[in-house]
Amino acid sequence: MRNFGFSTTKSRTIDYGDIDRRLISYILENEPTFNACLSCGSCTAICSAGNLTSFNIRKLSLQIRLGDLEKTHEEIDKCMLCGKCLLECPRGINTRNVVMLIKKGLTIFEIKDKA
Amino acid sequence: METYFILPFTLGMLFLLIVLFIKYGLWITKLSHIDKLRIVQSIFTRRSWDAIKESFLEGLVHRNMYKRNPLLGYMHMCFAMGWFLIIVFGHVECYMYYGTLAKAPWYPIFFQYYVHEWFPGERFMTNLMDFLLLYILTGVLLAYFKRINSKIFGIKKTTKLKPLDRVALISLWFIFPMRLLAESATAALYGNGGFLTNTVGQLFVWIGVNSSMESMLWWGYSLSLGLFFVGFPFSRYMHIFTEILFIFLRHYGIKLKKQFNSYSRIQVYSCSRCGVCIDVCQMHVANISNNQSVYILKNIRDQNLTDRKLYNCLLCGRCEQACPVRINLNDLRISQRIRATKEFNSDYAFLQTLPVDEPQMIDSKPEVIYFAGCMTHMTPGIKKSVLKVLDKAGVKYQFMDKEKGACCGRPLMLAGQYEAAKKLIAYNREKILESRAPILLVSCPICYKVFKDDYELGQITIKHHSEYFLELVNQGRIQLAQSEKTIVYHDPCELGRGCGVYEPPRELLRMTGQLQSVQQEKVNSLCCSGSLGDLSLSMADRNVIKAETLKVLLQKNPDVLATACPLCKKTFVKGVDVQVKDIAEIVAEAME
Amino acid sequence: MIDVLIIGGGIAGIETACSLQDLGYETIIVEKEKTIGGHLNDWDTLFPTHRSASEVLAHYTDETRKRALTIYLNTYVISVKKQDDGTFEVHTSRDVVFRSKAVVVASGYKLFNAERKEEYGYKIYDNVLTSADLEVKLKDLKGEFKTPTDKVPERIAFIHCVGSRDEKSGNHYCSKLCCVTAVKQAIHLKQLCPKAEIFCCYMDLRMYGPGFEEMYREAQEKYHIQFIRGRLSEVGENSNGTLQLKVEDTLAARPCKIQVDMLVLMVGMESAKSTELFAQSCGLKCAPNRFIQPLDHHIGSNLTNVEGLFTAGTSIGPMSVFDTVNHAKATAFAIRDYFINTAR
Repeated sequence: MRNFGFSTTKSRTIDYGDIDRRLISYILENEPTFNACLSCGSCTAICSAGNLTSFNIRKLSLQIRLGDLEKTHEEIDKCMLCGKCLLECPRGINTRNVVMLIKKGLTIFEIKDKA
Repeated sequence: METYFILPFTLGMLFLLIVLFIKYGLWITKLSHIDKLRIVQSIFTRRSWDAIKESFLEGLVHRNMYKRNPLLGYMHMCFAMGWFLIIVFGHVECYMYYGTLAKAPWYPIFFQYYVHEWFPGERFMTNLMDFLLLYILTGVLLAYFKRINSKIFGIKKTTKLKPLDRVALISLWFIFPMRLLAESATAALYGNGGFLTNTVGQLFVWIGVNSSMESMLWWGYSLSLGLFFVGFPFSRYMHIFTEILFIFLRHYGIKLKKQFNSYSRIQVYSCSRCGVCIDVCQMHVANISNNQSVYILKNIRDQNLTDRKLYNCLLCGRCEQACPVRINLNDLRISQRIRATKEFNSDYAFLQTLPVDEPQMIDSKPEVIYFAGCMTHMTPGIKKSVLKVLDKAGVKYQFMDKEKGACCGRPLMLAGQYEAAKKLIAYNREKILESRAPILLVSCPICYKVFKDDYELGQITIKHHSEYFLELVNQGRIQLAQSEKTIVYHDPCELGRGCGVYEPPRELLRMTGQLQSVQQEKVNSLCCSGSLGDLSLSMADRNVIKAETLKVLLQKNPDVLATACPLCKKTFVKGVDVQVKDIAEIVAEAME
Repeated sequence: MIDVLIIGGGIAGIETACSLQDLGYETIIVEKEKTIGGHLNDWDTLFPTHRSASEVLAHYTDETRKRALTIYLNTYVISVKKQDDGTFEVHTSRDVVFRSKAVVVASGYKLFNAERKEEYGYKIYDNVLTSADLEVKLKDLKGEFKTPTDKVPERIAFIHCVGSRDEKSGNHYCSKLCCVTAVKQAIHLKQLCPKAEIFCCYMDLRMYGPGFEEMYREAQEKYHIQFIRGRLSEVGENSNGTLQLKVEDTLAARPCKIQVDMLVLMVGMESAKSTELFAQSCGLKCAPNRFIQPLDHHIGSNLTNVEGLFTAGTSIGPMSVFDTVNHAKATAFAIRDYFINTAR
């Protein structure tokens, strides 16, 4: 594509009819508890990686749900799989399995980060 | 003409020998250079003798299996020992008659078919061979029973079979009954045979026997042998010789590596599928019965292991502890996870950009560097108690992850993220070495395990707080007051079976209260179900398993349930009002 | 043989007994504590009007006296056995065996033991209280309000949903009253310490009753209580006794650290252990949340699977004072129906 020095901005509206569902479907198929999230944020607040970086597992989950996978790879790689979120989640979501499924899903569907 | 019946046996054996030669040859050549050196260096040492001894005790007598389950051990011993002896004495008999050992292999095997006349020692040998045959047949009978009703063996479930196994199993079941019939028919025709074949022979005389019938039975015997030999390398019976190879390699000091390699494969093929691991597995409580080690090893052989099965295991190590063949089941499973996840390991680049901590103690080096670990930060009761004991004992310590800290790497290791774990290990290792403290104190057994196994900290001794506090007591740096409270102790998997620490926590508890024993403890202790080893087990299933474990622990209604792991503690308190305390909290309370 | 035996002398039990007495039935109440009134004894004020709890208690003590109700104090029920003739035999810690035609379970609830959420630091850090502790503190308050470490608080945080809506506590349900209680207590503290900053960390705010939402709005507008949508995950203690909270402000999508002088945990309601025990003795069905399972949620919430055995109040689930009173009144009518139908 030719570089014109500017680009059109993506619409900020979430179009529920046009969501990249590859990753979210893959996760839900293998870990149905992922759907039980009520976005309380206790996973993020307790996160060991979140303590060291800007990693926000709750926000990332939300983005995956919306098919916004531009930075998923870079973000999920910050998780150290320590399991604190697993112990804190009030809905009993199998968070460590979710993280592994995200990693595997990104590999399977060859989803790469946008530069 | 009629001796053509030896063909199935001979061809089958030839086939088996060739396949075994190729397989074992390949496996051994694929071992790492260092491992090969180990073999060369140890082959003419005492280690070989020890290996022979163990091969005899485990491969033939099945001592370990006998200890776990006498009936199952006896069955395996009947087949292994009986068959071994029948081959040995078959050759002795052959030598006694022909005066040479240089006879084709079918002579000792089909000896009764060839030799009908008297020779010195003939009566004794015939009866001895009959006795051995009877001995094996009792095993065969038990094997039939085991398929019908495995409960009499004290095992709830017996292994499931695949088609090739079935062929081998059925031919094995036929071998010895066929031998009995064939030898009895011969005995009937020639009026000889031992106490068994002669008696069965009388029956043949009664129903009328002729040489074509005799020949047919010998054909049957030979065919079942041949079929078994052909099926052998592709069935579970491969374990018979592989186990011996494994015993030798183990004695030569070869250890399982993180990555799946030739030695891992030898371990996989050493599994006899006795089913002992099925029964000790706690997953049954939650009605999960497809992921026990025996099935996983089978899946590895057949290359059809699914993620769901692979990750659904607490890695508590109960099966490994129970395995009569001493296969490293936990590490084998982890090696499969490493293989399954190797494409997506993180490099944790952010660790390089983290600001360097201000050194907490510049003037003198600390006695102890304390690493609380992620889980301990969720149990402030444990953290506060550890610090309180350290302060009271006047220990100079550095708190490594007081505010921020990277994970120890064990949870990654358990998930198979080996390369990623190495990054965290390198980061933490540097911090630990920088502190110049001679002791690394940890309060989480999960961290403890990885520090011991993978950190290579050189001179630094790694201590769990139960070990360190006991040392403080013995040095007189803290005093504990004893109470009348009854306590039971739960062994965390990673601390007990994982690192072999059973006594220090118990000693501390004996000093602070009345320690009661529980039904399943130390190496046999149950898992709390909270393990990070399992990635896919649902919370509901975990709760079911936890409830069963609590039932065992609380049988005697103790005042306090003690443990030494923040994760076990958090798991136990979930949903129930029992007084669960960590050793650190009990010690801190007893200091007052 | 008496007509109705009522287990529990809290407001549910007393209200049922009064109503039944007025309908002409003979009742007795069995109460395990040394006084009547149940948890109401421990409350300072009631939402949404900040009315004093002792006022309501005094009303019921009065009603009890007027009717000369028979109440056995310091008596706890061991088992309830239904006889072949449909009557009940109730064994208690006393030597006598009570016989009655009907039984009402008004055994109430117990508060969640906050020690089970270890990461919140209850009984580990001095300045962590439960909502019930705070009520007692407010009730006995003389002079200036101070934290347990004797400081006039500058910052206070309330944590919603402690032991409710939490798989890790074993309680998946919502206790429904803690939200409004937190708002009530926050306002009260703000009145006592006008300079203090007060935070409420919530997952969802459930202001279901009349006057609740108005109270929430008042808390925002008039009292400047700050509501943070995020669930507390970890508490640390500083050397000066202040507490460090780790919460994600999920609306800002950023983790935040709040330093406070005092932390109040809004503990949820659980089924009383005694309820479970005697439910077993008479085959009474409990729901998965361990509270008693009513026969029909809509048209028979006072009835149980055992005929002649009724419930009143929080033995079937979390309820406010006015819900409890209404439920108890309805129980009296349900029992009257039962007696009329069985006599026929």
